[in-house]
Amino acid sequence: MKHNYVGTGVRKSDAHALTTGQPVYTDDIAPANCLIVKVLRSPHAHALIREINTDIAKKVPGIACVLTYQDVPQHRFTMAGQTYPEPSPYDRLILDRRVRFVGDAVAIVAGETAAAVDRALRLIKVQYDVLEPILDFHKAKDNAILVHPEEDWEAKCPVGADNKRNLCASGEESAGDIEAVLASCDVVLTRTYHTKANQQTPMETFRTATYLDTYGRLNIISSTQVPFHVRRILSIALGIPKSRVRVMKPRLGGGFGAKQTVVTEVYPAIVTMKTGRPAKIIYTREESMIASSPRHEMEVTVRIGAMQDGTIRGIDLYTLSNTGAFGEHGPTTVGLSGHKPIPLYSGNQEAFRFRYDVVYTNVMSAGAYRGYGATQGIFAVESIVNELADALGCDPIDLRMQNMVREGMVMPAYYGETANACALDRCVQRVREMIGWDEKIKPRVLPNGHIRAVGMGMAMQGSAISNVDVGAVIIRLSDDGTYNMLLGCTDMGTGCDTILAQMAADCLDCRMEDIAVYASDTDTAPYDSGSYASATTYVTGMACVRACEELRGKIIRQGAKMLGLDESAVEFDGARVFALAEEGRAVSLSDIAYSGQCGCSDVLSATVSHSSPVSPPPFMAGAAEVDVDPETGHVELVDYVAAVDCGTPINPHLARVQTEGGIVQGIGMALYEDIVYAADGTNLSNSFMQYKIPSRLDIGTVRVEFESSYEPTGPFGAKSIGEVVINTPSPAIADAVARATGVRVRTLPITAEKIVRGMMEQGK
Amino acid sequence: MSMQISYTLNGRKLTDEVDPVQPLTEYLREKGCFSVKRGCETSNCGLCTVLVDGRPVLSCATLTARINGKTVETLEGLQDAAAEIGAYLADEGAEQCGFCSPGLIMNIIAMTRELDHPTEAEIKAYLAGNLCRCTGYVSQLRAIQKYLAEKERA
Repeated sequence: MKHNYVGTGVRKSDAHALTTGQPVYTDDIAPANCLIVKVLRSPHAHALIREINTDIAKKVPGIACVLTYQDVPQHRFTMAGQTYPEPSPYDRLILDRRVRFVGDAVAIVAGETAAAVDRALRLIKVQYDVLEPILDFHKAKDNAILVHPEEDWEAKCPVGADNKRNLCASGEESAGDIEAVLASCDVVLTRTYHTKANQQTPMETFRTATYLDTYGRLNIISSTQVPFHVRRILSIALGIPKSRVRVMKPRLGGGFGAKQTVVTEVYPAIVTMKTGRPAKIIYTREESMIASSPRHEMEVTVRIGAMQDGTIRGIDLYTLSNTGAFGEHGPTTVGLSGHKPIPLYSGNQEAFRFRYDVVYTNVMSAGAYRGYGATQGIFAVESIVNELADALGCDPIDLRMQNMVREGMVMPAYYGETANACALDRCVQRVREMIGWDEKIKPRVLPNGHIRAVGMGMAMQGSAISNVDVGAVIIRLSDDGTYNMLLGCTDMGTGCDTILAQMAADCLDCRMEDIAVYASDTDTAPYDSGSYASATTYVTGMACVRACEELRGKIIRQGAKMLGLDESAVEFDGARVFALAEEGRAVSLSDIAYSGQCGCSDVLSATVSHSSPVSPPPFMAGAAEVDVDPETGHVELVDYVAAVDCGTPINPHLARVQTEGGIVQGIGMALYEDIVYAADGTNLSNSFMQYKIPSRLDIGTVRVEFESSYEPTGPFGAKSIGEVVINTPSPAIADAVARATGVRVRTLPITAEKIVRGMMEQGK
Repeated sequence: MSMQISYTLNGRKLTDEVDPVQPLTEYLREKGCFSVKRGCETSNCGLCTVLVDGRPVLSCATLTARINGKTVETLEGLQDAAAEIGAYLADEGAEQCGFCSPGLIMNIIAMTRELDHPTEAEIKAYLAGNLCRCTGYVSQLRAIQKYLAEKERA
């Protein structure tokens, strides 16, 4: 197999359409006569609706329907886009009599114009029995106030959930005797780190359009990462068969995990079911900030035990995770807070323990955000390793080189998997050189009084959920010797439609432009779990390679038949099938394609599903150089460097931009981003004014290099790239700030106030 | 309430009955200019940038009445420039989801008309109001610098 496209930075196939502003997103292609759908939201963090009067609202001219909890199906479901049976509890109704956070849905209004709908929303009269909320997640477990007291609450999987204890999940796992190991260590540190809820803020907010087709089926155009999960969830929520639902995903204006939760789909869907009319909901930025699917706030307590010579022998980690009002992704994100950081130190690990509780509270439900719990756990473990280096008086990089996981090692805390492909050691060494670590490890005071210092962190993630995620590809030969490739994965700007075509073109020895890619539509695409969990390159990529192999076999068989030869006597070069013994004796791919459409019972098409028993981790290292003004505590990020091992980068340009983009999101998490609630549970971070994401003025240089490995179970040796890249900035920047100021910020974000307060406490 | 306005949209003279307080973003989308996107309600993101009398404005913070007698350009009317600049972005993989690309490209066009030989700091400052969540901005800067260098060579 000769590689022409894999490993090259070809342009994304949709680039021209996107950069010239073509109408390719949900709201651009929604039917023109859609009803406008909006949601009335609760002003209370916890309340029961005593009475709701919609009579006047319904009389507003142009109003098509007003729906309350009395008008919608009353069986519970989850909005988490996960493989069935979902680990996330079935704790939602489309509309519920009990409202559980400020912003929770109270009523759905649909009308001809936005103005009419706004007017009707103001005219709905609701009387609430206001209840005391739980707003502090430390107090949620076993609190007398229950977020989900309802009898029909259901956990479909054994995740340690108990609604009568406000528990969305709980559990414990371990290997070795952690207490005995820690007791025999020279140094044991115990620290607690607190990461906040963060918004993904894709530039395109949540949005969905729905209509009935010729056959009366519910058609859904949605900005979603998980079309097949949307189909199943709506079928459950609306109580209609899946055969009556079709979900289409146009171009997405970003996802980052936000759109792995079914945030908006139910609202226009039920309006269309009730009225028979096309409907759409376009969330405002404010709604996307207050009623969406942000990162789980977590408090991670780590105990780490080491010998004076630097040997790290054991890690004990407890995570308290805040899932908010509903359990979307609660039981699964917490797992990564232990499963990803602990195995980084497999080198000399004798024991580990990982315990966790995930609690319900009366704030907006959390969801999936790039990194998915690993980001939170890695901030904690990488930070405590940096603190351990201080305690031992050694260089943090040397400490890591001594203890890190290396190629061929078994990782007991990572499902016992072996690191088949691991260039973490090379990544760390590369970062050491890139940032000039050895010269800069000692903080420098500049003439203006500012302090410059460096800090670093490592990270790993997974590549798909092992034994769960399914990637699938249909590839078929068209009449003229070109191909159609149908995908169920969802390109959200990442470029998977392009990189899968790169792979297919190399497998079939053809030009990329000879492969017409279409994704994604649940009526035509093969079942794919969707694009999340860093799955697409690795799992759908492997499905693509296997589908192309299968189709090659069929092309060869048909060509051999036409030549009157045995299959073993011919070869396929991408353009023709020819006799090995007689080069000139050949039949063109186009003729083979036409023959497949005439008197042929063997369709020239292949459908392959792929799932993997392992989830090979991509690895990376990152280092930050900061400039701190000790007068004000202001942190300026001067330089960020990273080296990434994603296996084979299929498209180095897109892999680089994934890395740069993930790092800058991580910088936002480290320095700015925080969802802040008022004492009554009102979300104060409801706009880009209050919730700051980095602008291009907020970052210095970001430099990325690749240290490749070859993953034997991945397509062309590839692992994943999408998520691992967000994990290093928080620990690296916190470490640099600590080196500059002596202040170790353990609660994100690392603000000027926290730094100055810390320096004042130290008497500086 | 409605008001009659006359203006030029992408080279075409138009007279229209409009809701004068409708934000220009929504009005232009109703006119078929789907390149104009809304990313927020607080004038923070830059997605809705269009040119009014040649100057970049946030159409979300512009009432439709205010384009009376003016010339409005959206990416629909600047397809050649969009394709040219877009190609430089695409060569870096810097368009990613593409949702912020039209607003960014509008502002890059405005910048090239307004500034000669902008420095890196000037580029960052001029485009600071264009948020992007996918790329981390670094690839965009590479693309813009290559585009500007090529423009100067030509």
